Amino acid sequence: MRERQRAAESAGGFAVSQRSGRASPDEAQETSIAVRSDADIVVARRRGRELAASLGFGSMDQTLIATAISELTRNIVLYAQRGRIVLKAIGQGGKCGIMVVARDEGPGIPDVEKALQSGFSTSGGLGLGLPGVRRLTDEFDIASEVGRGTTVTVKKWNR
Amino acid sequence: MAVPILKQGQYLIASIQDALTDADLQQLRDALLAQVGRHRSRGVIVDITALDVMDSFAVRTVRDIAHMTRLRGAETVIVGMQPEVALSVVQLGLSLEGVHAALDLEEGLAFLDEKANTARGGRPCA
Repeated sequence: MRERQRAAESAGGFAVSQRSGRASPDEAQETSIAVRSDADIVVARRRGRELAASLGFGSMDQTLIATAISELTRNIVLYAQRGRIVLKAIGQGGKCGIMVVARDEGPGIPDVEKALQSGFSTSGGLGLGLPGVRRLTDEFDIASEVGRGTTVTVKKWNR
Repeated sequence: MAVPILKQGQYLIASIQDALTDADLQQLRDALLAQVGRHRSRGVIVDITALDVMDSFAVRTVRDIAHMTRLRGAETVIVGMQPEVALSVVQLGLSLEGVHAALDLEEGLAFLDEKANTARGGRPCA
């Protein structure tokens, strides 16, 4: 596992900063992953799965979370070339969950409503995959400004 | 990381060992396409047991492998998809239409043998 991680690191040249293990349980664990190449997609989803597992998510939810992260990271690589994925443990009214923020300073999405419709694509390929990501998660939020970038925030709660 | 491709009789078996980057997946596609010609293979098995995530790119590449090898005269069977992966693929709204799938390597080989037998037997005379 460690060796795989190293292989991914050397291939992608990513940087990870991590804060965890604070005294207060409310103080969330947070991981930030710089996204620059397709190798970082694997890194981001692996980190997401690890965090989800540490929060007690079952293997089914871990996979759904990792898949959503994979799609969001892919969008960054595909449309903005570079950006950042932030993974965070969250809590609300006794329930615990994971938050994923995918942020880039890319071209932005001119018509967000349209991008959220199934089957819509600007690249002639599979599209942004945003409707799929929305189905994989419990909460979905997107802010995008043309020329400024896009931030997608998703949450999944552990039931 | 290159995926090892084994030649077993008329078949090629690609056994994915670890998470693959997009570049790895494309390399696998190209390697299979080339080897189907080189070995005159009639069937390809892609063992995805080790894939813990299949996102839109992975699904599209696997679909491409199946369609491209078919154009080269070889049937592709995907084996070993984890139940969690199957669920996420469906929830993402992706489909592997036109791609044969089997539970595991054994079932995959049986499927290809059956196909080969049918082909050898030919169609009944009119």
